Amino acid sequence: MVSETAPTGELCSIPALLARNARLYGASPAYREKEFGIWQSWTWIEAAEEIRAMAEGFLALGMERGDYVAIIGRNRPAHYWAMVAAQMCGAIPVPLYQDAVAEEMAYVLEHCGARFVVCGDQEQVDKVIEVQDRVHSIEHVMYNDKRGMRKYDHSHLHWLHDVQAEGRAGHSRFDGELDKRIAELDYDSTCVMLYTSGTTGKPKGVVLSNRNIIETSKNSAEFDHLKHTDEVLAYLPMAWVGDFIFSIGQAMWAGFCVNCPESPDTMMTDLREIGPTYYFAPPRIFETMLTNVMIRMEDAGPLKKRMFDRYMKLAQKVGPAILDGKPVSGMDKLRYALGNLFVFGPLKNTLGLSRVRVAYTAGEAIGPEIFDFYRGLGINLKQLYGQTEASVFITQQPDHEVRSDTVGVPSPGVEVKIGDNGEVYYRSPGTFVEYYKNADSTASTKDAEGWVATGDAGFFEPDTGHLRIIDRAKDVGKMADGSLFAPKYVENKLKFYPDILEVVVFGNGRDMCTAFINIDLTAVGNWAERNNIAYASYQELAGHPRVLDTIQAHVEEVNRSVAEDEMLSGCQIHRFLVLHKELDADDGELTRTRKVRRKIIEEKYDDLITALYDGSAKVSTETEVTYEDGRKGSIKATLELRDAAVQEPRHRRMAAE
Amino acid sequence: MNDMTQGYTTADGRKIGGTLMEMKNITLRFGGVVAIKDISFDIREGEIRAIIGPNGAGKSSMLNVISGFYIPTEGEVWFRGQRRPQMKPFQVAQQGIARTFQNIALFKGMSTLDNMMTGRMTMMKSGMASQALWWGKAQREEDENREKVEKIIDFLEIQAIRKTPVGRLPYGLQKRVELGRALAAEPKLLLLDEPMAGMNVEEKEDMSRFILDVNDEFGTTIALIEHDMGVVMDLSDRVVVMDYGKKIGDGTPDEVRNNQDVIDAYLGVSHD
Repeated sequence: MVSETAPTGELCSIPALLARNARLYGASPAYREKEFGIWQSWTWIEAAEEIRAMAEGFLALGMERGDYVAIIGRNRPAHYWAMVAAQMCGAIPVPLYQDAVAEEMAYVLEHCGARFVVCGDQEQVDKVIEVQDRVHSIEHVMYNDKRGMRKYDHSHLHWLHDVQAEGRAGHSRFDGELDKRIAELDYDSTCVMLYTSGTTGKPKGVVLSNRNIIETSKNSAEFDHLKHTDEVLAYLPMAWVGDFIFSIGQAMWAGFCVNCPESPDTMMTDLREIGPTYYFAPPRIFETMLTNVMIRMEDAGPLKKRMFDRYMKLAQKVGPAILDGKPVSGMDKLRYALGNLFVFGPLKNTLGLSRVRVAYTAGEAIGPEIFDFYRGLGINLKQLYGQTEASVFITQQPDHEVRSDTVGVPSPGVEVKIGDNGEVYYRSPGTFVEYYKNADSTASTKDAEGWVATGDAGFFEPDTGHLRIIDRAKDVGKMADGSLFAPKYVENKLKFYPDILEVVVFGNGRDMCTAFINIDLTAVGNWAERNNIAYASYQELAGHPRVLDTIQAHVEEVNRSVAEDEMLSGCQIHRFLVLHKELDADDGELTRTRKVRRKIIEEKYDDLITALYDGSAKVSTETEVTYEDGRKGSIKATLELRDAAVQEPRHRRMAAE
Repeated sequence: MNDMTQGYTTADGRKIGGTLMEMKNITLRFGGVVAIKDISFDIREGEIRAIIGPNGAGKSSMLNVISGFYIPTEGEVWFRGQRRPQMKPFQVAQQGIARTFQNIALFKGMSTLDNMMTGRMTMMKSGMASQALWWGKAQREEDENREKVEKIIDFLEIQAIRKTPVGRLPYGLQKRVELGRALAAEPKLLLLDEPMAGMNVEEKEDMSRFILDVNDEFGTTIALIEHDMGVVMDLSDRVVVMDYGKKIGDGTPDEVRNNQDVIDAYLGVSHD
């Protein structure tokens, strides 16, 4: 294990790192945000001043050591500053998912007993005010965007800039106190508390100390040689541990610049303008980007299309090898260089990925073709495996050892072992302190020696030492005939088709597997347009016979490939249906990080599952949906159930011969 | 509510000022057709004033009189305490009146940003030559105006379509861009001709919020025509009701809602 003592006496908190960065990299940019069409930037010195003013403003409002400060908003510099400012005051920042409805927010705010809430805009303030009758701990609410806030009662409501102004005005009163509190922070002080989205039950507050965050940031920054000249785009939810590590932990440790997009809708344009050198995205984003490229290429002229097809084929063949430094023939190298000039370079530029030195994807499995597409273009896309409780990093792929089906080797400082039941365990300096106010869960997750159960089943590949994840340990089950049931394995294979967005496979304890499928509206909609298929709604398109035909072809193709795997051949899908609505986090069907909640889906669509197993050809159903503003409605639909051809498993075939 | 010479305070605590515009005995004839017959009403500073009425009641004609597009056959238009002489629409625009149209009137091939910049045309003073060379004063002016426009883009949350040609945008967004162009002129009085026509519920809610925010944030006085009764009653401070070119009601939404003439004309006479 890497040494866990503080590196030098002073660098054991985020505020201390901020002070160091202001000293070392003073004039280089620390934060940028696009506003009013222009990139505004703050140097490390300016950022340190802003944060200090905010912290002194917090002191003026009476922030005490150990207070919890909730932060709800999209990625904006002021929100990151609020987190660091809270730390300076000895308080604990708790970032929340901004798209959470008031109900979910109430639970977290009450659980941590937040005294202060920093909101991004009116929308968030409204939600906080709504829950305030129930959550009595909240004393002061601050907001960053002034719009629409004029008519609110401001007795306990403050504009963040006013708070800073007050801090600046009173600096002579607060300087001493603030410096004292900053000096009190050590490696064991809590750095941040993050609520896990929780595929089951209520969210849990994961307490991460300065040691967790700083050690992890240090090790991972060294692993990928991150420097103060790097650039990241901060666009993933602030409540997610990854964003905290990338945009605060590593940014503070390495001293690189955090860029905030103008609005969630402009992410792709902003990405292109910034051209980050270090980039993280969940597989879904890479998928969407690829789908968009493919859709646009369908509409391109014949010359462009021929060039694209020809050079992409070459990229698939030699691109990953060139990236991994493996030998490639001189002719291929030359052709790849030409491709780079005409196709890959411009394409990477359009995607905003020209300057990317290190890119990561995690959270879900990524389709091999998608992975190879980006690596073929020369983008160093790698996979990592992690979770909130580990301060992200458990395993990651070193340069030159990248494959789509593994998640890499243990990250520096992390020990990994496989339990008897196949579950993955780890122990690291990043291992969380505890679940807040939940000793039982802490004890059942982390044992006395510090080993944490990930809840994932996996194994190490004997010859490479890379870890492979099969599925959630609790989702892995047995079919009625005793063969292994690993739904994720099949779901991922199906999700790699661009027109399939989401899949849920059932079959635990049953005699056959069945599936719910969500179509991808962008891809299928574009296909429908090109084939002159008219449709009025998502529901109508999802139920179109030709769409069902296509999906059936995909399912059968996947069945053929699943049948090849000895262990998992029982997981072939016998029957499926295409859902009439998209699975949605607002309806509780997905987590906020878009993971499928099996239990809830099983209960909610009980009638559909029954129909899948009783052999009926059609089923009528009514489903409750929640709109973005929290109102409820329902949609009715009659769904067609389809049978898919399955293969005799290979080992049984051979036995018969 | 009638001693309002010095303004009044609305139910939600907004201060409404004195008279901004006054229509005195307006009559508008097209040949033999009488579109508007002897109508008088006022618009006060800071208020949201709605004009409603069944189809063919003369609402759009009224709006066109306010915007200076039609010259009333009889009667006077008073704006900011002065009687308005006959004016060309661009002169009216220079006075601080901007409008949107029932059938969107944007430059389809131009980007959102360029469309909105045209809203600031009346404020640009540099000559054609320096505009063409984009040098000196013209460049400075463009920067200043762009800054104002960017504030409005931010306000209307249309950053993502800044560079998109307007013709490619969905209808609801085009309506929003049109509102943006009107706002770019920094009007004293904003005229909205059926801002919600053809929108779905979500788009209507968005638009309503923008209208209220414009009024709140910039203190812009707004006069609007709208068919959606729910929207009108929620948004406006006072409502003028027209039927067959005549004014049949004027007052707060509640007063209008309970006015028998209005109920008869607008919702149909009940036969019981």
